[in-house]
Amino acid sequence: MHASDAAANEHAPATPGGGHLFFRAGVFDPADLRRAVTRIAHEIVERNHGAADLVLVGLYTRGVALARRLAAAIESFEGIAVPIGTLDVAFYRDDIGLRPVQPLGPTEVPDVAGRVVVLVDDVLYTGRTVRSALDALLELGRPRAVQLAVLVDRGHRELPVRADYVGKNLPTKAAEDVRVHLSEVDGGDDRVEIWGPAEEAKRDA
Amino acid sequence: MADPQVLVRGGRVIDATGERVADVRIVGGVVTEVAPSLAPEAGSLVLDAEGCVVAPGLVDIQVHFREPGREDAETIETGARAAAKGGFTAVVCMPNTDPPLDDAAVVQAVLERGRYAACDVRVAGCITKGRRGEELAPLGELYDRGVRVFTDDGDCVADALVMRRAFEYALALPGAVLSQHAEDPSLVAGGHMNEGEWSARLGIPGRPAEAEISIVARDLTLARVTGGRYHVLHLSTAGAAALVRAAKAEGVRVTAECTPQHVVLTDALCASFDPVFKMNPPLRTAADVDALKAALADGTIDAIATDHAPHAPETKEVPFEEAPPGMLGVETALGVAITQLVEPGVLSMQQALAALSWKPARIAGLDAAGHGGPIEPGHAAHLCVFDPNERWVVDASRLASKSRNSPFDGWKLAGRVRHTLLRGVPMVRDGEAQR
Amino acid sequence: MPEPALKHLLSVDDLGGRAGIEAMLDLTDSFVEVLARDIPKVPALRGKTVVSLFYEESTRTRLSFETAAKRLSADTMTFSVSTSSVKKGESLLDTVHTIEAMGIDGIVVRHPCAGAPHRVASWSQASVVNAGDGRHEHPTQALLDAFTLRRHRGPSLDGCRIAIVGDVKHSRVARSNVKLFDALGCEVTFVGPPTLMPERLDGWPATVSYDLDDALVDIDVVYLLRIQRERIGQALFPSVREYAARYGLTSERASRLKPDTLVMHPGPLNRGVEIAADVADSTRSLITEQVANGVAVRMAVLWSLLGSGGPVI
Repeated sequence: MHASDAAANEHAPATPGGGHLFFRAGVFDPADLRRAVTRIAHEIVERNHGAADLVLVGLYTRGVALARRLAAAIESFEGIAVPIGTLDVAFYRDDIGLRPVQPLGPTEVPDVAGRVVVLVDDVLYTGRTVRSALDALLELGRPRAVQLAVLVDRGHRELPVRADYVGKNLPTKAAEDVRVHLSEVDGGDDRVEIWGPAEEAKRDA
Repeated sequence: MADPQVLVRGGRVIDATGERVADVRIVGGVVTEVAPSLAPEAGSLVLDAEGCVVAPGLVDIQVHFREPGREDAETIETGARAAAKGGFTAVVCMPNTDPPLDDAAVVQAVLERGRYAACDVRVAGCITKGRRGEELAPLGELYDRGVRVFTDDGDCVADALVMRRAFEYALALPGAVLSQHAEDPSLVAGGHMNEGEWSARLGIPGRPAEAEISIVARDLTLARVTGGRYHVLHLSTAGAAALVRAAKAEGVRVTAECTPQHVVLTDALCASFDPVFKMNPPLRTAADVDALKAALADGTIDAIATDHAPHAPETKEVPFEEAPPGMLGVETALGVAITQLVEPGVLSMQQALAALSWKPARIAGLDAAGHGGPIEPGHAAHLCVFDPNERWVVDASRLASKSRNSPFDGWKLAGRVRHTLLRGVPMVRDGEAQR
Repeated sequence: MPEPALKHLLSVDDLGGRAGIEAMLDLTDSFVEVLARDIPKVPALRGKTVVSLFYEESTRTRLSFETAAKRLSADTMTFSVSTSSVKKGESLLDTVHTIEAMGIDGIVVRHPCAGAPHRVASWSQASVVNAGDGRHEHPTQALLDAFTLRRHRGPSLDGCRIAIVGDVKHSRVARSNVKLFDALGCEVTFVGPPTLMPERLDGWPATVSYDLDDALVDIDVVYLLRIQRERIGQALFPSVREYAARYGLTSERASRLKPDTLVMHPGPLNRGVEIAADVADSTRSLITEQVANGVAVRMAVLWSLLGSGGPVI
C-alpha cells in the first residue's frame, strides 16, 4: 500500500534490484507518536509566541492527517483553532515524467497572506517534496514566513532543506523505507517502521 | 547453331489436360517432349523441378504498370520483372495511363516498351475517348494493333447507351471483350471503403456493394440483348457473383475475375487506417469473401487477376481518405492462392492454376500466343515452375516492383516460384530474375 | 519502471473503459480547482512542447488546447494550414517530420480525414491527441461533455437517458460521445432523419428514432448536433426550414421537456436551426459550461499523456 504511495511519501527510489522489502524495526508505537505530536505542537506555539497568526498546511496524504492532529493538540492547550490547509504538490514535482504522479486530493489553503505557514509532512527525505510544496504554496499567496514540521527526518537530503520541528531523527540507508501508519489514513494502530531489503546472506540462499 | 535446348526435370506437370510426373524438353522455345526420365542432350540447360509443379505460365489480365505517366511507381520493365518473379508469362496492362490507351500510337509505343520485358506485355484499350464515358474510342484501330480487351478501368462506363453502343460495335471484332470496372459513380462518389458496419464505425465515407451489383445487372442485360462479350473486372460482392452465375446459366457471354485480396481480405482491416488496404472496388465483408470463394470453386468466377496497382510510397503515406486506391499483386498472387485457397481445400491445385493461367489466357485472347498451355509437344514453352510447399515471408521492401504497397507484407505464404520460362528462356531461374 | 498509461488519445477506446474514463474525469476535477486559483497555472509540463497541427479551422478547439497546455506551463506552437507550407504542397508526413525535428512532446491534430491522427501517431515519437478527425472521433469533446454532465447529474451517470439529435452520420462528436456515454452507463438514442443516420449501426450501443417528439418523452439530456449547411443539396434533407420543424429543439418542444432535462451542444450553434435561441440561453442549457470545462479536460489529457508517467529518461 505504501509503495504505491511513494509520490506522497518522499522521493523514495525504487528498491535496488527491485527486491521485496522486509520489516526491520518498529520506531514509534501509538504512545510515542502521540507524544511526538504533542511536543511538536508545543514547540510550534513556543517558537511563534502563540498560535494567533498560524496556518497549518498538510501535504497529502499523511501530512494532512498530522496537520489535523497538531491543530487539535494546539487547540487543547492554547484554546485557538488554527486554520488548516491541504496541499497537493503533484503538479509542482520535479520528477514528472520519471514516475507515475497523480494528484492525491484537492488543494484547499486558507488565506496565508501575512501569516506564518507551517508545512506538515510525515517523512523528510530528499527535500524535493518540500521544494515542490514551497512553489505551490507561494503561488497561493505570500506568507510572512514558512516553517516545516515532520514526524521523521531520515536524512539523505538532495536539496538544502531543513525542518524546524522534527518528531525523530532517524538515520537510514537509502535502500530502506520508512513507513508511517496513521489510524485515520491507514487503519489499525499508529506506528512508524523501518523496512529494508533482505540481508545479503538471505538473498543468496 | 542448333536451337537452344532446355530440360525441366523432375516436376509434376499440371495443365488443363490433367496431371502427370514428367520431364519437359524444350527446343527453340517450343515443347518437344513431355515424358518421365528424359535424358538431357549435350549442351542443354537443365532446370531442376524436383518437388515442384510445372504449370503453364500464369496470365494476369489486370495489371497497372503505370507507363506512361507514373514511372516513379512502376515501369513496364519493373512490373514485368515482378510478374515473372510471381510466375507470370503474360500480362494485360490497363489503359488508365497518362495519356490513356485510347489511341493506336500510344498503344503501339507501350507494346514496343514491352517487347524486351520479362513477360509478354499486352494492353487493354479504352472503351471511350479519354476514359470519359462519352464517345467511343477507336476500337477497330486498337483491335488492329492486337488489342482484345477494352475497358475504362479505374472508371466505370456509367452511361448505359454508350455501353450498349460499345457492345454492339465490338460484335464486329472477333475475340474482343468489354471489361467493366463495375461501380456506379453516382453511388460511390466520395467513398473510400466498403459501405457497411466498418465504414459507419470509422466515419469513412463508403462505397456500397449496390454500386457494383447495379452496374453488373445493367451490363448483363445489355450483353444479353446485344449478344456481346462481357467481362467483370475484380468482382467483389456476393450479389454480383450471383448475377453472373445466373447469367452464365442462361447462356449470356460473360466471364468474371476476382483479385487475391478480395477473396482473402475484408474491410475490417481498414480500421488500421492504413491506406495499404484501400482499393477500388473496396475490400468487402466476410460474407462477400465466402461468396467469392464459392464462386471460384463452381466456376462462376473464371479467373484470378491481381489488379497490380503500384503507388509510390509517398502517395500512400497519407491519411486513408487522401490515398490513391490500389495494391500490389503479381509477386504474391500464386502464394496467396495456394495458402488461402488450395491448402484449405477451396480449390484443387488444378482449379487454382486454371484461374491463374489458362482461363484468363482465353478471356484475353492470349491463348493464340500459346499462353495457358497445354504443356504438350508443339506448344510454346511458357512455363511456371514452383514449389507448392516452400514457405516464405513476404517482405514488401524486397519486392521486385518499384512500389511497396502490398497488403500481404509480413504474411507467410506457401508456394514459391523457382523458374519462369518465356518461349523456353528462363526469365526467372532458381528464384532470381534473369532480365 | 512505469510506462505511460496513455501514449496517445486517438479514440475514446484508448481511455480503457469506464475505470479509465472516470479516472480522467476525476483528474479533471483537480484542474478545475487549479483554474479557480488567482494564478491558474502549474509548472507540471515545464520544458515540454505541444504543437497544435490544425488542418481544419477551429479556433475554439485550438485555443482550448493551447490554453490547457499553457496552464500546465508547456510551450506551445501552432501549425495552422492557412499560414504554413502545407499550402505549398508539403505532405502531412513531411510536416510531422519537420515539426518533430524541432523537438516536441505532444501533437494535437485536427484533420478532415478520418484516422489522420492515427497516421501521425505511427510516424512520430511524440504523443498524439485527436482533436477531431473527419467523421471519426473527437474524444476530448466527449470527455468534456461527460464531465459537464457529471457535475449536474453525477457522480454516477448510470441510467441517464440521452438523445443525440441531428446529423449523426457525419458527426465525429456523435461517434465519440456514444461510446463514452455508454461506457458510463447512459442510455443513448440517436434521433434524426434516416438520411443522417450511419449506414449501419451494428454493434453501436444506441437505439434509433426518426421522431423527435417521441424520443423526448422522459429524456434526461437532449444533445443537439450541429447541422452543416453544406449538407443541403446532397439530397439528405429538403430544407433548413423542414429540418428545424421536424428535428430542431424549438421553444415549444423545450416547454414539453421535464423540468430538469438538460440541453447540450458541441458548438458552434446554428440558432434557429437545430436549437432555438431562447432554449440555448435557458437555464437548462449547459452549452457555456461545456466550453468552460474544455480547458480543464484538455489539461487532464495532456497531463496524462505527457506528465504523469512518461518514459524514464
